Amino acid sequence: MRIAACIALLTAMAGAALATEIPRSERRSGYGFMSADTKAMQDEDTANPGMLFVLDGEALWTRKAGTADKACADCHNDARVSMKGVAAHYPAFEKALGRPVDLEGRINLCRTNHQHASPFAYESRELLALTAYVAQQSRGMPIAAGDDPELAPFVEKGHALFTQRQGQLNLGCANCHDDNWDKKLAGSAITQGQPTGYPLYRLEWQSLGSLQRRLRACITGIRAQAYDYGSPELVALELYLMSRARGMPIETPAVRP
Amino acid sequence: MPSALINVPAKAKRGSVIEIKTLMSHIMETGYRHTASGDAVPRDIITSFTCRFNGTEIFRADLYPAIAANPFITFFTTVNESGKFEFEWIGDKGFSETAQASITVE
Repeated sequence: MRIAACIALLTAMAGAALATEIPRSERRSGYGFMSADTKAMQDEDTANPGMLFVLDGEALWTRKAGTADKACADCHNDARVSMKGVAAHYPAFEKALGRPVDLEGRINLCRTNHQHASPFAYESRELLALTAYVAQQSRGMPIAAGDDPELAPFVEKGHALFTQRQGQLNLGCANCHDDNWDKKLAGSAITQGQPTGYPLYRLEWQSLGSLQRRLRACITGIRAQAYDYGSPELVALELYLMSRARGMPIETPAVRP
Repeated sequence: MPSALINVPAKAKRGSVIEIKTLMSHIMETGYRHTASGDAVPRDIITSFTCRFNGTEIFRADLYPAIAANPFITFFTTVNESGKFEFEWIGDKGFSETAQASITVE
Protein backbone atom coordinates (compact mmCIF):
# COMPACT_ATOMS: atom_id res chain seq x y z
CA MET A 1 0.00 0.00 0.00
CA ARG A 2 2.79 2.36 1.02
CA ILE A 3 4.78 1.35 -2.10
CA ALA A 4 1.78 2.03 -4.30
CA ALA A 5 1.45 5.50 -2.75
CA CYS A 6 5.15 6.18 -3.39
CA ILE A 7 4.82 5.14 -7.03
CA ALA A 8 1.75 7.35 -7.45
CA LEU A 9 3.64 10.30 -5.93
CA LEU A 10 6.71 9.73 -8.12
CA THR A 11 4.55 9.46 -11.22
CA ALA A 12 2.84 12.72 -10.32
CA MET A 13 6.23 14.42 -9.81
CA ALA A 14 7.53 13.15 -13.14
CA GLY A 15 4.39 14.46 -14.81
CA ALA A 16 4.81 17.85 -13.14
CA ALA A 17 8.47 18.07 -14.19
CA LEU A 18 7.54 17.52 -17.83
CA ALA A 19 4.72 20.03 -17.76
CA THR A 20 6.96 23.05 -17.11
CA GLU A 21 6.99 24.82 -20.44
CA ILE A 22 9.01 28.04 -20.56
CA PRO A 23 6.80 31.11 -19.91
CA ARG A 24 6.69 33.53 -22.83
CA SER A 25 8.39 36.30 -20.85
CA GLU A 26 11.37 34.06 -20.02
CA ARG A 27 12.12 32.83 -23.54
CA ARG A 28 15.72 33.53 -24.60
CA SER A 29 17.53 32.92 -27.85
CA GLY A 30 20.84 31.05 -27.67
CA TYR A 31 22.37 34.46 -28.44
CA GLY A 32 21.57 35.56 -24.87
CA PHE A 33 23.76 32.78 -23.44
CA MET A 34 26.86 33.69 -25.49
CA SER A 35 30.03 35.58 -24.54
CA ALA A 36 30.47 39.20 -25.66
CA ASP A 37 33.07 38.11 -28.24
CA THR A 38 30.77 35.59 -29.91
CA LYS A 39 27.90 38.10 -29.87
CA ALA A 40 30.16 40.63 -31.62
CA MET A 41 31.00 38.02 -34.26
CA GLN A 42 27.30 37.48 -35.03
CA ASP A 43 26.40 41.17 -34.93
CA GLU A 44 28.87 42.39 -37.54
CA ASP A 45 28.24 41.14 -41.06
CA THR A 46 31.91 41.38 -42.08
CA ALA A 47 32.97 39.30 -39.04
CA ASN A 48 30.16 36.72 -39.24
CA PRO A 49 31.43 33.67 -41.18
CA GLY A 50 27.80 32.71 -41.88
CA MET A 51 27.71 35.66 -44.29
CA LEU A 52 30.21 33.84 -46.54
CA PHE A 53 27.50 31.22 -47.10
CA VAL A 54 24.89 33.93 -47.67
CA LEU A 55 27.13 35.38 -50.41
CA ASP A 56 27.37 31.92 -52.01
CA GLY A 57 23.58 31.56 -51.75
CA GLU A 58 23.11 34.90 -53.48
CA ALA A 59 25.24 33.65 -56.39
CA LEU A 60 23.34 30.33 -56.53
CA TRP A 61 19.99 32.19 -56.58
CA THR A 62 20.69 33.47 -60.10
CA ARG A 63 22.51 30.39 -61.43
CA LYS A 64 20.51 28.32 -63.94
CA ALA A 65 20.19 24.62 -63.10
CA GLY A 66 18.55 21.42 -64.30
CA THR A 67 17.01 20.41 -67.62
CA ALA A 68 14.48 23.25 -67.27
CA ASP A 69 17.50 25.62 -67.36
CA LYS A 70 15.88 27.92 -64.81
CA ALA A 71 17.37 29.76 -61.85
CA CYS A 72 15.51 30.52 -58.60
CA ALA A 73 15.44 34.14 -59.74
CA ASP A 74 13.61 33.26 -62.99
CA CYS A 75 10.42 32.50 -60.99
CA HIS A 76 10.98 34.29 -57.67
CA ASN A 77 12.78 37.38 -59.03
CA ASP A 78 14.55 39.41 -56.35
CA ALA A 79 14.89 37.31 -53.18
CA ARG A 80 15.15 40.47 -51.08
CA VAL A 81 11.48 41.12 -51.96
CA SER A 82 9.98 37.69 -52.72
CA MET A 83 11.62 35.79 -49.85
CA LYS A 84 11.05 38.42 -47.17
CA GLY A 85 9.35 36.73 -44.21
CA VAL A 86 9.15 33.32 -45.91
CA ALA A 87 11.53 31.51 -43.54
CA ALA A 88 9.48 32.70 -40.55
CA HIS A 89 6.62 30.41 -41.70
CA TYR A 90 8.65 27.21 -42.13
CA PRO A 91 8.24 24.23 -41.78
CA ALA A 92 5.02 24.69 -43.81
CA PHE A 93 2.31 22.25 -44.91
CA GLU A 94 2.86 20.80 -48.40
CA LYS A 95 -0.51 19.71 -49.79
CA ALA A 96 0.93 17.43 -52.50
CA LEU A 97 2.78 15.39 -49.87
CA GLY A 98 0.22 15.71 -47.07
CA ARG A 99 2.94 16.62 -44.57
CA PRO A 100 5.08 19.59 -43.54
CA VAL A 101 8.39 20.37 -45.27
CA ASP A 102 11.17 22.55 -43.89
CA LEU A 103 12.99 25.25 -45.85
CA GLU A 104 15.69 22.84 -47.08
CA GLY A 105 12.94 20.44 -48.19
CA ARG A 106 11.11 23.24 -50.01
CA ILE A 107 14.28 24.27 -51.89
CA ASN A 108 14.87 20.67 -52.96
CA LEU A 109 11.19 20.31 -54.04
CA CYS A 110 11.66 23.41 -56.17
CA ARG A 111 14.78 21.86 -57.69
CA THR A 112 13.12 18.56 -58.59
CA ASN A 113 9.68 19.89 -59.62
CA HIS A 114 10.50 23.20 -61.30
CA GLN A 115 14.19 23.16 -62.24
CA HIS A 116 14.15 19.41 -63.08
CA ALA A 117 17.50 19.13 -61.30
CA SER A 118 18.76 16.62 -58.76
CA PRO A 119 18.10 17.65 -55.15
CA PHE A 120 21.05 18.94 -53.12
CA ALA A 121 22.40 16.58 -50.46
CA TYR A 122 21.58 17.47 -46.86
CA GLU A 123 24.32 19.65 -45.32
CA SER A 124 25.90 20.24 -48.74
CA ARG A 125 27.42 23.68 -49.11
CA GLU A 126 24.91 24.54 -51.86
CA LEU A 127 21.82 23.65 -49.81
CA LEU A 128 23.13 25.43 -46.70
CA ALA A 129 24.07 28.50 -48.75
CA LEU A 130 20.69 28.80 -50.50
CA THR A 131 18.79 28.17 -47.25
CA ALA A 132 20.87 30.77 -45.44
CA TYR A 133 20.33 33.31 -48.24
CA VAL A 134 16.55 32.77 -48.18
CA ALA A 135 16.32 32.77 -44.37
CA GLN A 136 18.48 35.88 -44.07
CA GLN A 137 15.73 37.82 -45.91
CA SER A 138 13.58 37.29 -42.77
CA ARG A 139 16.25 38.48 -40.32
CA GLY A 140 14.62 40.45 -37.51
CA MET A 141 11.11 39.27 -38.36
CA PRO A 142 9.06 37.32 -35.80
CA ILE A 143 8.74 33.54 -36.19
CA ALA A 144 5.18 32.64 -37.24
CA ALA A 145 5.37 28.89 -38.01
CA GLY A 146 2.66 26.38 -37.15
CA ASP A 147 -0.41 28.62 -37.62
CA ASP A 148 -1.87 26.50 -40.45
CA PRO A 149 -4.60 24.27 -38.87
CA GLU A 150 -3.46 21.39 -41.08
CA LEU A 151 -0.16 21.45 -39.20
CA ALA A 152 -1.78 20.87 -35.77
CA PRO A 153 -1.27 17.06 -35.68
CA PHE A 154 2.37 17.49 -36.73
CA VAL A 155 3.04 20.14 -34.07
CA GLU A 156 1.52 17.71 -31.57
CA LYS A 157 3.75 14.90 -32.85
CA GLY A 158 6.80 17.16 -32.54
CA HIS A 159 5.79 18.05 -28.99
CA ALA A 160 5.44 14.35 -28.13
CA LEU A 161 8.93 13.65 -29.54
CA PHE A 162 10.30 16.65 -27.61
CA THR A 163 9.12 15.23 -24.29
CA GLN A 164 9.70 11.53 -25.04
CA ARG A 165 12.59 9.97 -23.11
CA GLN A 166 14.89 7.84 -25.25
CA GLY A 167 18.41 6.50 -25.66
CA GLN A 168 20.83 4.97 -23.17
CA LEU A 169 20.68 8.11 -21.03
CA ASN A 170 16.86 7.95 -21.10
CA LEU A 171 16.45 11.69 -21.66
CA GLY A 172 13.95 13.72 -23.66
CA CYS A 173 14.69 17.16 -25.14
CA ALA A 174 12.42 18.76 -22.50
CA ASN A 175 14.49 17.38 -19.61
CA CYS A 176 17.28 19.79 -20.54
CA HIS A 177 15.73 22.52 -22.66
CA ASP A 178 12.49 23.11 -20.72
CA ASP A 179 13.50 22.07 -17.20
CA ASN A 180 17.21 22.97 -16.89
CA TRP A 181 17.95 25.68 -19.45
CA ASP A 182 19.21 28.06 -16.78
CA LYS A 183 21.94 25.61 -15.70
CA LYS A 184 25.21 24.45 -17.23
CA LEU A 185 26.38 21.12 -18.62
CA ALA A 186 30.17 20.58 -18.50
CA GLY A 187 30.73 24.34 -18.36
CA SER A 188 28.49 25.17 -21.33
CA ALA A 189 25.09 26.82 -21.11
CA ILE A 190 22.29 24.30 -21.72
CA THR A 191 20.06 26.96 -23.40
CA GLN A 192 16.39 26.68 -24.28
CA GLY A 193 16.88 25.18 -27.73
CA GLN A 194 15.18 28.06 -29.54
CA PRO A 195 15.68 27.62 -33.32
CA THR A 196 16.01 31.33 -34.11
CA GLY A 197 19.16 31.46 -36.23
CA TYR A 198 19.28 28.42 -38.53
CA PRO A 199 21.13 27.61 -40.61
CA LEU A 200 23.80 28.93 -38.26
CA TYR A 201 27.58 29.00 -38.03
CA ARG A 202 28.76 26.85 -35.17
CA LEU A 203 32.36 27.44 -34.12
CA GLU A 204 32.60 23.80 -33.04
CA TRP A 205 31.56 22.67 -36.55
CA GLN A 206 33.70 25.34 -38.26
CA SER A 207 30.84 25.53 -40.72
CA LEU A 208 27.25 26.46 -41.24
CA GLY A 209 24.82 23.72 -40.21
CA SER A 210 21.09 23.07 -40.31
CA LEU A 211 18.63 22.63 -37.44
CA GLN A 212 18.43 18.94 -38.40
CA ARG A 213 22.18 18.60 -37.90
CA ARG A 214 21.86 20.22 -34.49
CA LEU A 215 18.96 17.91 -33.53
CA ARG A 216 20.86 14.83 -34.69
CA ALA A 217 23.89 15.90 -32.62
CA CYS A 218 21.66 16.27 -29.52
CA ILE A 219 20.00 12.88 -30.13
CA THR A 220 23.41 11.23 -30.50
CA GLY A 221 24.40 13.00 -27.27
CA ILE A 222 21.67 11.24 -25.32
CA ARG A 223 22.94 8.02 -26.94
CA ALA A 224 19.85 7.36 -29.00
CA GLN A 225 19.70 6.42 -32.68
CA ALA A 226 19.44 9.70 -34.61
CA TYR A 227 16.58 10.05 -37.11
CA ASP A 228 17.68 10.25 -40.76
CA TYR A 229 18.05 13.64 -42.47
CA GLY A 230 14.69 14.62 -43.93
CA SER A 231 12.76 12.10 -41.80
CA PRO A 232 9.22 13.04 -40.70
CA GLU A 233 10.38 12.94 -37.06
CA LEU A 234 13.05 15.62 -37.56
CA VAL A 235 10.66 17.85 -39.53
CA ALA A 236 8.03 17.44 -36.78
CA LEU A 237 10.62 18.42 -34.16
CA GLU A 238 11.66 21.44 -36.24
CA LEU A 239 7.99 22.43 -36.57
CA TYR A 240 7.32 22.10 -32.85
CA LEU A 241 10.46 24.11 -31.99
CA MET A 242 9.51 26.87 -34.43
CA SER A 243 5.95 27.07 -33.06
CA ARG A 244 7.40 27.06 -29.52
CA ALA A 245 9.55 30.08 -30.54
CA ARG A 246 6.62 31.93 -32.11
CA GLY A 247 7.22 35.70 -32.04
CA MET A 248 10.97 35.52 -31.44
CA PRO A 249 13.04 37.34 -34.11
CA ILE A 250 14.94 35.36 -36.76
CA GLU A 251 18.74 35.82 -36.55
CA THR A 252 19.94 33.88 -39.62
CA PRO A 253 22.87 33.50 -40.08
CA ALA A 254 23.48 33.23 -36.32
CA VAL A 255 26.80 32.30 -34.70
CA ARG A 256 26.96 29.82 -31.84
CA PRO A 257 29.91 28.43 -29.85
CA MET B 1 33.31 29.19 -54.68
CA PRO B 2 35.55 31.21 -52.34
CA SER B 3 34.29 34.55 -51.19
CA ALA B 4 35.80 37.27 -49.01
CA LEU B 5 34.35 39.89 -46.69
CA ILE B 6 36.41 43.05 -46.21
CA ASN B 7 35.75 45.84 -43.73
CA VAL B 8 37.77 49.00 -44.43
CA PRO B 9 36.42 52.43 -43.41
CA ALA B 10 35.41 54.43 -46.49
CA LYS B 11 36.90 57.62 -45.05
CA ALA B 12 39.59 58.46 -42.47
CA LYS B 13 41.42 61.52 -41.15
CA ARG B 14 45.04 61.92 -42.32
CA GLY B 15 47.41 60.02 -40.01
CA SER B 16 44.66 58.36 -38.00
CA VAL B 17 44.77 54.69 -36.94
CA ILE B 18 42.23 52.53 -38.74
CA GLU B 19 41.20 48.91 -38.25
CA ILE B 20 40.98 46.54 -41.22
CA LYS B 21 39.01 43.30 -40.94
CA THR B 22 39.12 40.46 -43.45
CA LEU B 23 37.24 37.17 -43.61
CA MET B 24 38.06 34.56 -46.27
CA SER B 25 36.09 31.37 -46.86
CA HIS B 26 38.36 28.33 -46.65
CA ILE B 27 38.06 24.89 -45.04
CA MET B 28 41.58 24.96 -43.50
CA GLU B 29 41.96 21.16 -43.51
CA THR B 30 44.87 20.43 -41.16
CA GLY B 31 46.37 17.38 -42.88
CA TYR B 32 46.35 15.52 -39.55
CA ARG B 33 42.91 13.92 -39.92
CA HIS B 34 42.01 10.54 -41.35
CA THR B 35 38.88 9.26 -43.07
CA ALA B 36 36.84 6.39 -41.63
CA SER B 37 38.80 4.00 -43.89
CA GLY B 38 42.13 5.23 -42.52
CA ASP B 39 43.34 7.36 -45.42
CA ALA B 40 45.02 10.65 -44.51
CA VAL B 41 43.04 13.74 -45.54
CA PRO B 42 45.60 15.89 -47.39
CA ARG B 43 46.45 19.28 -45.96
CA ASP B 44 44.52 22.14 -47.57
CA ILE B 45 45.14 25.46 -45.85
CA ILE B 46 45.83 29.09 -46.65
CA THR B 47 49.56 29.58 -46.09
CA SER B 48 49.98 33.30 -46.65
CA PHE B 49 48.01 36.53 -46.36
CA THR B 50 49.32 39.86 -47.64
CA CYS B 51 47.93 43.39 -47.64
CA ARG B 52 49.37 46.14 -49.87
CA PHE B 53 48.47 49.82 -49.79
CA ASN B 54 49.09 51.64 -53.09
CA GLY B 55 51.51 48.86 -54.04
CA THR B 56 53.53 48.83 -50.80
CA GLU B 57 53.25 45.85 -48.50
CA ILE B 58 51.94 46.94 -45.08
CA PHE B 59 50.94 43.63 -43.48
CA ARG B 60 51.78 39.96 -43.96
CA ALA B 61 50.84 36.82 -42.06
CA ASP B 62 51.86 33.18 -42.40
CA LEU B 63 49.10 30.71 -41.58
CA TYR B 64 49.50 27.20 -40.14
CA PRO B 65 47.28 24.12 -39.66
CA ALA B 66 46.03 25.13 -36.19
CA ILE B 67 44.09 28.08 -37.61
CA ALA B 68 40.31 27.61 -37.79
CA ALA B 69 38.25 27.45 -40.97
CA ASN B 70 37.33 30.76 -42.65
CA PRO B 71 40.30 32.75 -41.24
CA PHE B 72 39.33 36.14 -39.79
CA ILE B 73 42.38 38.44 -39.87
CA THR B 74 42.22 41.95 -38.47
CA PHE B 75 44.99 44.50 -38.06
CA PHE B 76 45.59 48.22 -37.58
CA THR B 77 47.41 50.68 -39.81
CA THR B 78 47.73 54.42 -40.37
CA VAL B 79 46.87 56.17 -43.61
CA ASN B 80 48.37 59.43 -44.92
CA GLU B 81 46.88 59.47 -48.42
CA SER B 82 43.85 58.21 -50.28
CA GLY B 83 44.34 54.93 -52.07
CA LYS B 84 43.63 51.30 -52.53
CA PHE B 85 44.21 48.29 -50.26
CA GLU B 86 44.90 45.03 -52.07
CA PHE B 87 44.51 41.75 -50.21
CA GLU B 88 45.92 38.42 -51.31
CA TRP B 89 45.45 34.92 -49.90
CA ILE B 90 47.67 32.08 -51.15
CA GLY B 91 47.40 28.44 -50.11
CA ASP B 92 47.64 24.73 -50.87
CA LYS B 93 46.25 23.18 -54.05
CA GLY B 94 46.92 26.38 -56.00
CA PHE B 95 44.56 28.48 -53.88
CA SER B 96 44.92 32.15 -54.79
CA GLU B 97 42.33 34.86 -54.11
CA THR B 98 42.45 38.64 -54.16
CA ALA B 99 40.20 41.46 -53.00
CA GLN B 100 40.50 45.20 -52.80
CA ALA B 101 39.01 48.21 -51.00
CA SER B 102 39.46 51.95 -51.38
CA ILE B 103 39.79 54.62 -48.72
CA THR B 104 39.48 58.42 -48.94
CA VAL B 105 41.78 60.37 -46.62
CA GLU B 106 40.66 63.87 -45.65
